[in-house]
Amino acid sequence: MPGDLRARAWAAAATVCDPEIPVLSIADLGVLRDIRVDGTIVEVEITPTYSGCPAMRMIQIEIEAALHQAGIEGRVVTTLSPAWTTDWMTAEGRRKLREYGIAPPPPASTRRALFGQSIIACPRCASTNTEQLAEFGSTSCKALWRCRACREPFDLFKCH
Amino acid sequence: MTTTITVAATPLARLALARADDALILGHRLSEWCGHAPILEEDLSLANIALDLIGQARSLYTLAGAVTGHTEDQLAYLRDERQFSNLLLVEQPNGDFALTIARLFLYSAYIDPYWRALGATDSALSDIAAKAEKESGYHLRHSAEWLIRLGDGTEESHRRAQSALDRLFPFTAEMFDPLPDDVAIDPADWTAEVDTILTHATLTRPSPAWQHNGGRAGRHTEHLGHLLAEMQHLQRTHPGATW
Repeated sequence: MPGDLRARAWAAAATVCDPEIPVLSIADLGVLRDIRVDGTIVEVEITPTYSGCPAMRMIQIEIEAALHQAGIEGRVVTTLSPAWTTDWMTAEGRRKLREYGIAPPPPASTRRALFGQSIIACPRCASTNTEQLAEFGSTSCKALWRCRACREPFDLFKCH
Repeated sequence: MTTTITVAATPLARLALARADDALILGHRLSEWCGHAPILEEDLSLANIALDLIGQARSLYTLAGAVTGHTEDQLAYLRDERQFSNLLLVEQPNGDFALTIARLFLYSAYIDPYWRALGATDSALSDIAAKAEKESGYHLRHSAEWLIRLGDGTEESHRRAQSALDRLFPFTAEMFDPLPDDVAIDPADWTAEVDTILTHATLTRPSPAWQHNGGRAGRHTEHLGHLLAEMQHLQRTHPGATW
């Protein structure tokens, strides 16, 4: 049954995690876009978070390996449209991010306001007494912040 | 082994290559700061922006390659200086931090509304534009904020920021030269955006008597050849080398 095959392929692909944020699966992130079944051939569609995201190649290889392990023959295609947005991150994904110590992304309306900063809660102590240290962080998708209450630095997943 | 390529100049290829070359060359310039920026946070920022730009270039080269029969790597590494159609603005050397920021700002103030306008059309580049627009918004904000800090900062930072603008402004009119099947950005809108930031920064918009052009036609300043010599060195020395 194609439906069963698609569900098995989705389950296999959804085990792949973002290599930079190992607590998030590509399904949590919204990077896993779609799976199409044509006979016995499975095509997995993924989308990059950022144009230059260096993790995409690794994610592709890991999906191929996960499908292979599940006994499914498949290929991975990358698509740009519609452009990925942090709004696609699941509630489960946001919870996992916070528990991992990364503040989940704020709404996508604040990108162009000069010196404009959202109110971000510290993922460790939940205080909103926080400040941005740098708009660009350890990866393309993160900014570097600091909590003034518990004094800990933390990553913020940027809105996109 | 192929060491140079000839690329068919269809309208779509010309448009995609011009935009790809802009992004790649500016991305390469910004990557030269890696390990040298004035503070660690800025080192990360410039490298992140470079990564965005090189990622945009890869998507555009892949598109241009699909219509001309080349790979993205061939287009980046196996064309000579005269085959590159990037703006003269983006190939200008990094200079000091003020010049690097001013160059990124002048380009971003153009390309951010450009990607947004293009993303709303049904151009072959629309998907790439809609993706790039999300990144260029951050680049514009980051460079505008720095230009304000530098211009409205110390006497020395103000002097350097003004000097960077004076040096770069003669390279800005070229951004508005039309490309085939492209959307047009009104120079008056760009000037208004630039003026808003320069006013905050207490800087003066230069009015150069002369504007350079030629980049779109492959006539470059002396700096691009040196940049390509370094960027293409590996593929020129070991043609076809892969990881």
